[in-house]
Amino acid sequence: MKEATDQLRNQEPSDPDQAARQQAMAVLARASGDELSEAWDAWPDRPEVSPVRGPETGLVMVRGRIGGGGAPFNFGEATVTRATVKLSTGRIGHAYALGADKDKVRHAAIFDALWQDEATRPTVEERLVAPVRRRLGDDDARRRDESAATRVDFFTMVRGED
Amino acid sequence: MYVAVKGGEAAISNAHQLLADRRRGDRSVPAMTIEQIVEQLGLAVDRVMSEGSLYDKELAALAFKQARGDMIEAIFLLRAYRTTLPRFGYSNPIDTGNMLIERRISATYKDLPGGQLLGPTFDYTHRLLDPELMGDGAVDEPQSREAETGHTPRVSEILDQEGLIEGDGELPDDHRTGDLTREPMEFPMTRDVRLQALSRGDEGFLLALGYSTQRGYARSHPFAGEIRIGEVEVEIDVPELGFAVILGRIRVTECQMINQFQGSAKQPPQFTRGYGLVFGQSERKAMAMSLVDRTLRATELGEDLTAPAQDEEFVISHSDNVQATGFVEHLKLPHYVDFQAELDLVRRMRGEFEARQNATGQQGDNLEAAE
Repeated sequence: MKEATDQLRNQEPSDPDQAARQQAMAVLARASGDELSEAWDAWPDRPEVSPVRGPETGLVMVRGRIGGGGAPFNFGEATVTRATVKLSTGRIGHAYALGADKDKVRHAAIFDALWQDEATRPTVEERLVAPVRRRLGDDDARRRDESAATRVDFFTMVRGED
Repeated sequence: MYVAVKGGEAAISNAHQLLADRRRGDRSVPAMTIEQIVEQLGLAVDRVMSEGSLYDKELAALAFKQARGDMIEAIFLLRAYRTTLPRFGYSNPIDTGNMLIERRISATYKDLPGGQLLGPTFDYTHRLLDPELMGDGAVDEPQSREAETGHTPRVSEILDQEGLIEGDGELPDDHRTGDLTREPMEFPMTRDVRLQALSRGDEGFLLALGYSTQRGYARSHPFAGEIRIGEVEVEIDVPELGFAVILGRIRVTECQMINQFQGSAKQPPQFTRGYGLVFGQSERKAMAMSLVDRTLRATELGEDLTAPAQDEEFVISHSDNVQATGFVEHLKLPHYVDFQAELDLVRRMRGEFEARQNATGQQGDNLEAAE
């Protein structure tokens, strides 16, 4: 099993931009189906896409930690959809996302493949990843601020002298 | 005894058609959409996900709609659905310390880093029915104020600085995390498996047990050290990539219950802890879970076993409402042959009883006559 995993790993070109790719994949996973399909529909010179695996929906057992930071325990499952695609350029793209939206995840895998290609990466970043990242960041900021408005400001009533 | 019985196909088919009709109700009223259920009945969706032990809002809303609002039926549907899906793997443990917080309160410290954020709570409402909700009036946008940046530490971390509270809850290094969806239940359980069972347990059952501990059935002196609700990232290691990918976020509710502990021969006096972690926004269940988690640690902490909430086998064996409803509701299925056998038996016993009564009665009469 370990050897098989290593073999699979070796098929991927060693990627110096792994952290950047991880971040892009995280954004693609949280993008909406519409954001991804619109970006794909508007993509110039769309390459041929052939499925390698999926898209398929399955389960991931989500783990928590006892007391928040202790030993792991199995908390409960979540639906997850994954897809692997191959572009006519030869690039292979992977995507995983919570939920059961197969079209969304197939598109995310296509954009992962396009992101890995240095020729198309800037366009993927500019047209899709950056705007979605900005929207997600704005959503988070808005929700933080809405929660902050419900923060209790305690004040003390002083009674009597001294 | 079960005996195959034929017949009833037409009745069953018509009953299901009638169910579909009643579920839809008056056709002049618009049908509910899944989006409406997810957006407007979110806490019902959360409960179905939590006890169905499957995080998927759309599917939970569909189950809720299909079940006509019957929670346990909806939970059953979700549990049945999950058995049709392959398991891709286990996530890395979520980090509730790094949560996008929507609500965070502590009953033990007034002033604490990150503050007390009430969030979207029913607390402090007057519990008066709101006639405005009979209609579809406009709803104001929420207020907003600039959020503090920085880490919001757990209350347990604050107490830990004094060394007066036990740690988060470690298990031996060689312990393999148990999974009750894969392995049969065995008692006694380790705390990891117990928490898995409690997290998918029935809210009403856990609430009643938690309440029983407060009323004196297992003394536990609890304080709600911290409750936090918000979103956490879920990440999984992908072998074919050789690195972890973030799958998205889920909303969870976490409760850290803090309990006074007078110490034992092995342990110094300190605060001990009960832990609750539940899918979605479900403070009541997270609190009940943490109370029950703590009382189920009685043996580990050398406490006397005196109350139902301390009995692990009793609590865990009866906490799952899908199992419970299956066994209770099976009583309505045809038991015609069993019942015929019992009917025969009771008739025979009744005959023997009456014969005995008659015999002793006659003896009594004879005695009276003799006297």
